[in-house]
Amino acid sequence: MIWVQREDFDVGAEMAAMSGKNVGALASFTGLVRGSDGDAAIGAMTLEHYPGMTEKKLAEIEAEARRRWPLEDCLVIHRYGRLEPGEGIVLVITASSHRKAALESCAFLIDWLKTSAPFWKLEERDAGQEWVEARASDDQAAEKWVATKK
Amino acid sequence: MKLLYFAWLKQKIGIGEEDIALPDDVATIAGLVDWLKTRGPGYGEALADLSAVRFAVNQDFAKLDHPLTEEDEVAFFPPVTGG
Repeated sequence: MIWVQREDFDVGAEMAAMSGKNVGALASFTGLVRGSDGDAAIGAMTLEHYPGMTEKKLAEIEAEARRRWPLEDCLVIHRYGRLEPGEGIVLVITASSHRKAALESCAFLIDWLKTSAPFWKLEERDAGQEWVEARASDDQAAEKWVATKK
Repeated sequence: MKLLYFAWLKQKIGIGEEDIALPDDVATIAGLVDWLKTRGPGYGEALADLSAVRFAVNQDFAKLDHPLTEEDEVAFFPPVTGG
């Protein structure tokens, strides 16, 4: 399931909703807005996205995770709009019979969505507004899953 | 065709989207970029360094040599930074 929304999410409630008879493992990742980057304070950030393509890319990523691992359920919630430090940006939860599939697919989903879902972060710093630049390390994290393609 | 601009490309160009008639002599994204650059300084600035720009045609990532038709939706944006 994919949700692209302005509203906050409740990690506990979403995980409880994904518990079931055949679920022996739930893995989750929550991405939060940081209040600083090194010595620089970050007041807030605004997430812009490409409506339509965002949902399409996230659905493709979910389908790939389900193809690679035996998942009972899978949830990705990604927020957009203005978010303050401490607020949740993204939530990934995977449910499987066993921990390996749940943990691996959760890592895969967050690594891949970081490089293929069309979102952009605009940070509010003391010096003014600044677009976050893509990191080579994010590309490398995603590439790792290409190399291990099943 | 529909053109979309996001993040700092939208800021530099000054609009988020526009409808244009695909010029007869434009066949690919690269050709469209060259044509857009002639439309004003904002376009020129936004599209000056194409290594910092990504493209999508009909909501799938595409390269500069991707062919275009009048019905396409083409988007221009920086490398993504979600998650």
